[in-house]
Amino acid sequence: MSRQSNRTTDSKKMNSELFTLTYGALVTQLCKDYENDEEVNKQLDKMGYNIGVRLIEDFLARSSIGRCQDFRETADVIAKVAFKMYLGITPSVTNWSPGGDEFSLILENNPLADFVELPDNHSTLIYSNLLCGVLRGALEMVQMAVDVKFSQDSLRGDNVTEIRMKFIKRIEENLPAGEE
Amino acid sequence: MADDSLFEFLHMEIVSHIFNEQQSSKGEAACISLLEAMGFRVGQGLIERLTRDTPSFKDELDIMKFICKDFWTKVFRRQVDNLRTNHQGTYVLQDNKFSLLSQFSGGKQYLDQAPKYLAFSCGVVRGALSNLGLESVVTAEVSIMPSCKFQVVIQKL
Repeated sequence: MSRQSNRTTDSKKMNSELFTLTYGALVTQLCKDYENDEEVNKQLDKMGYNIGVRLIEDFLARSSIGRCQDFRETADVIAKVAFKMYLGITPSVTNWSPGGDEFSLILENNPLADFVELPDNHSTLIYSNLLCGVLRGALEMVQMAVDVKFSQDSLRGDNVTEIRMKFIKRIEENLPAGEE
Repeated sequence: MADDSLFEFLHMEIVSHIFNEQQSSKGEAACISLLEAMGFRVGQGLIERLTRDTPSFKDELDIMKFICKDFWTKVFRRQVDNLRTNHQGTYVLQDNKFSLLSQFSGGKQYLDQAPKYLAFSCGVVRGALSNLGLESVVTAEVSIMPSCKFQVVIQKL
């Protein structure tokens, strides 16, 4: 991918608005296409998944980060490197489960929802659900099956936006037949 | 501060989603116009943000120059390479390395797919012009990837 190296912060900000507005246009379109919010949430997650499985390659190529040793390290990389690189924010990692297989990402402000207000008749819409799909898809490509969902959303009246991540299992690598 | 590649991935996913969901029931032309309409709304929003601090424009050509320089740089990350006009409301904007086509194989291999991936951008340009008071028709044409020509025809009222 060719990229300009000397972009100004201004053009970066502009680009984020392009992304935010485009995402908004997508959600609007999905709300027109489908009867209920559940279906919209599902579609957003699916599209996010498709993005995630490709985005991980971009991420690994650019960040030169190797394999994570445990889920805590994964959490750190997601919050401090990946979110920083793609959305320009650093969510905080909290609420670890005792077993260390579950944690929360707390987003102070959600760049996807910059200019957004949810109307009353869309109370079950998870506006930023694309993010869940992206995280799930990206982690699946590095052999981690993870359950991702929004447990709080400031768009729906909560104080913060919280993404809950639960490690399910490590996906075994399937070697092609005939290879040791 | 969303990263460029994120937008590119999202755009690809929107295109494929719209085509998967709607092509069978409504046909390709409807999909194209759907994407165009989404772009239109985005263009309207962007230009509002972008022109907040600029002085007002002298004339139509002044607006087109702004689109080619500032707007293009902010949205598509480079300036338009060539702007031509017949001074009667038709403008041709040529971008020799259009950002949303840069991931395609160069040359003619995927030429038939190009309209899908340009509809949104046409809408963005039309939306921007619309909020600057110019009603227009914007079409795009590719003869060899990743170079692209946008034709803007201003509708005189």
